[in-house]
Amino acid sequence: MNIFLALTFSGFALGGVYFLAASGLSLIYGLMDILNFAHGLFMTLGAYAAWDVAAHLPASWGASTLFGIALVSSVLGGAIAAGLTEFFIIRHLYARPVSQILVTIGLDLAVVGLLLGGFGSNSLAVPVPLWIMEATKVGSINLPNADFVALLAGVVVLVVLEWFLARTRYGIIIRAGVENRTMVSALGINVGKAFTLVFVIGGAMAGLAGLLYSVVFAGDLISPTQGDSLLIFAFIVVVIGGLGSIRGSAIAALIVGLTQDYTNFYLGGHPGLAEIGNLSVVLLLAVVLEWRPRGLLGRAL
Amino acid sequence: MKISRSALVVAAVALVFFAVVPLISLHVPWILPGTLDVVNSTGTLEVLALCFIFAGVALGYDVIFGFTGLLSLGPVMYFAIGVYVFDIAMSHWNWALVPALALTLGVSLVFALAFGALALRVKGIAFTMVTLAFAQAFYYLVEDNPHGLTGGDTGLALVSNRLPSFLSGAVSNTRNLYWMTLGFLVVSYFVVWLVTESSSGHVLVAVRENERRLEVMGVRTFPYKLGAYTLSSLVATGGGVAYILLIGTAVPAAVASTTVSLAVLVMVVLGGAGTRWGAVTGALVYVYLQQYLLKVASEPSFTTLPAVLRVPLSQPQFLLGTLFVLFVIFVPGGIAGIVARLRGQSVAASKRFNWRKSLRVKEDDQ
Repeated sequence: MNIFLALTFSGFALGGVYFLAASGLSLIYGLMDILNFAHGLFMTLGAYAAWDVAAHLPASWGASTLFGIALVSSVLGGAIAAGLTEFFIIRHLYARPVSQILVTIGLDLAVVGLLLGGFGSNSLAVPVPLWIMEATKVGSINLPNADFVALLAGVVVLVVLEWFLARTRYGIIIRAGVENRTMVSALGINVGKAFTLVFVIGGAMAGLAGLLYSVVFAGDLISPTQGDSLLIFAFIVVVIGGLGSIRGSAIAALIVGLTQDYTNFYLGGHPGLAEIGNLSVVLLLAVVLEWRPRGLLGRAL
Repeated sequence: MKISRSALVVAAVALVFFAVVPLISLHVPWILPGTLDVVNSTGTLEVLALCFIFAGVALGYDVIFGFTGLLSLGPVMYFAIGVYVFDIAMSHWNWALVPALALTLGVSLVFALAFGALALRVKGIAFTMVTLAFAQAFYYLVEDNPHGLTGGDTGLALVSNRLPSFLSGAVSNTRNLYWMTLGFLVVSYFVVWLVTESSSGHVLVAVRENERRLEVMGVRTFPYKLGAYTLSSLVATGGGVAYILLIGTAVPAAVASTTVSLAVLVMVVLGGAGTRWGAVTGALVYVYLQQYLLKVASEPSFTTLPAVLRVPLSQPQFLLGTLFVLFVIFVPGGIAGIVARLRGQSVAASKRFNWRKSLRVKEDDQ
C-alpha cells in the first residue's frame, strides 16, 4: 500500500510537469490554431537559461538562493524565447497556418542544432540544493522533496492561470479568442497582442517545465534534445485533454503521469517491457481516440 | 495523362547521368561529399545512394502531405519497419531475400492499415500529433530491444549468408548497391506517378483543397486518405530495406527517431510539396548538403576557425534548419516554385485545382 501511495504521489508530480508543458501548447492551439513544435525548444531553452545563470553566479550565495534564481531564469528564458519567436516569425505568417507549423519545426531543428554545437550532446548538471534530493516523511511514506516542488508548481500555475483567464481583461480576451477569433477582432480588440501574450505565457510555463523535468526526473541533467522528447508527451496530454482546454490538459496530465508511473513500476521489471511506461501512454491515447476523438474536454472537432 | 516532352527529356537525361556515375572515375575537387575527390569513389557513391533512398521516401511522403494535404509525422515508423523487419528476418531467422522482403512489406501494410485507420479518426492538428505519438512508441519499442531482436541502442548489423553476393558487403559492392537504390527511386517514382495521375489521385488533391466539398458531393474520403497513407508507408518501408542493404547496420537514433520524419518533411517542403520532381530534388539537395557539410566540418583546417563560426557551421542540422525556416517564410513553393516562377508560370495557376475535372472523376467512379 505504501508503495502504491508513493507511486501515486510521484505520478502526480509527473502530471504536474506534463501540465506545465502541455497547457501552453493547448492555449496556443486554442487561440491561434498553431501546432507549436518550438514548444519543446522553449523547454530546453528554459533549462539551459537556468543552468547558464546558476553556473555563473558565485556559489557563496547558497544553493537554495541559486536554485530560486534558476527557477526564475527558466521561466524568463522560456518566455523570452517564445516572445521573440512570435514577434519575429509567427506574426508574419498568420495567413498561412501550415507554414506556421513548418516554421516552428525548422526553428526547433536549427536551435537544437546550435545547442548541440555549442554545448555538445552530453548532459550538463544543474546545481540544486541538498534538500531537493532528500525526502520528507509523511505518515509512514518517504516522499521526495523534488516531487513536492513539481506538484506545487503545477498546482500554483493551474490556479493562477484559471484566475487570469477568468478574471482579468486579457484573460477574457484570450478565452473569447479561443471561442471565436474573428468575432473578437470584429469588436475592435487587438487580437495580435493576445497572441503575443499567449505565446509568452506558454513559453514561460514550458521553460519551467523544462527545468523541473530535469530536476525531478532526469537527475538534474539537461541536454539539447530533452525538450523534444518531453514535447511528445505534452502533445499526447493535449490530445487526450482536448485541444484548447486548460482543465482538460490538467486532468489528462494527471492521468498520463499516473499511467506511466504505475505501468513502469508494476510491469517495467519484466523482460522486454522496460519501455512499457511510455508505450502504455500511447496505448491510452489510442483508446481515448477510439472512444472520444475530441478528447476529454475538447470542443467538437 | 499528359507528359510534356521537355520533362521527359530532362528525366531521361538525369536518369542516364546518374546510372553512369559509378563508371566515371573523374577527379573533381571541392564539391564531392566523399573523402576522395573522385566521382565514383566509394564515399561519394554511398552519399548519392543515400540521396536516392530519401528521394524515394520523400516522394512517398509527398503523396500524403503534398498531394492529400495531411501533415503526418509518422513516415519514420514505416521506414524503421523496413529496416528492422527485413534485418531481423535475414540476420536472426536466416530467411532468403524474397520471403524477407515479402514479410517486410506485409508487416508494413498491416501496420499502415491499422494505425492509419486509427489516426485518420481525427483531423488536422490532432492527426499530426497522433502519427507522431505512434512513431515515437515504435521508437521506444525498437530501443527497448524486446527479446534481443532489435539490438537496442547498440544496433543490429545485417549479417546473412543468404544475401545475394552482388548485394552483400557495402564496401566491395557499392556500385551494385548504388544501382539498387537508383532502381528503388525509379520504381517509387513510377508508382507515385501512376497513382497521383490517376482519377483517385485527383480525389486526393481534392481532399487537400476542400474535403468538406467532396463529402457534400457524396464522396467518402476516408478510403482515399487511408490509401494515400498506406502507399506512402509502403514506399517508406521500401526505402528502409534499401537503407539497411546499403548501410548494413540499424541504430534507432538514425532510423527510428522523429528526426527522420522531420527531415523527410523538410526535404519535401524545400523541393516543393505537391510536385513529384520537387520532392525528389528537395531530398537530393538536403541529403547531399547534409553529408557534404559533415565532411567539411571534419576537415583539419576547420578547427582553426573561431568558435563563433565553427560552432554553427559544424552542425548541418542548424544550417539546414535555418535554410528551411527561410524557405518557408520567403519561398513558399520551394525549389519547384522558384523554377515555375522563372519559367513564367504563376504558382497560383499551376496549383489551381480543377473542380470540373474532379466531378468527372466522381462520375467515372460510379
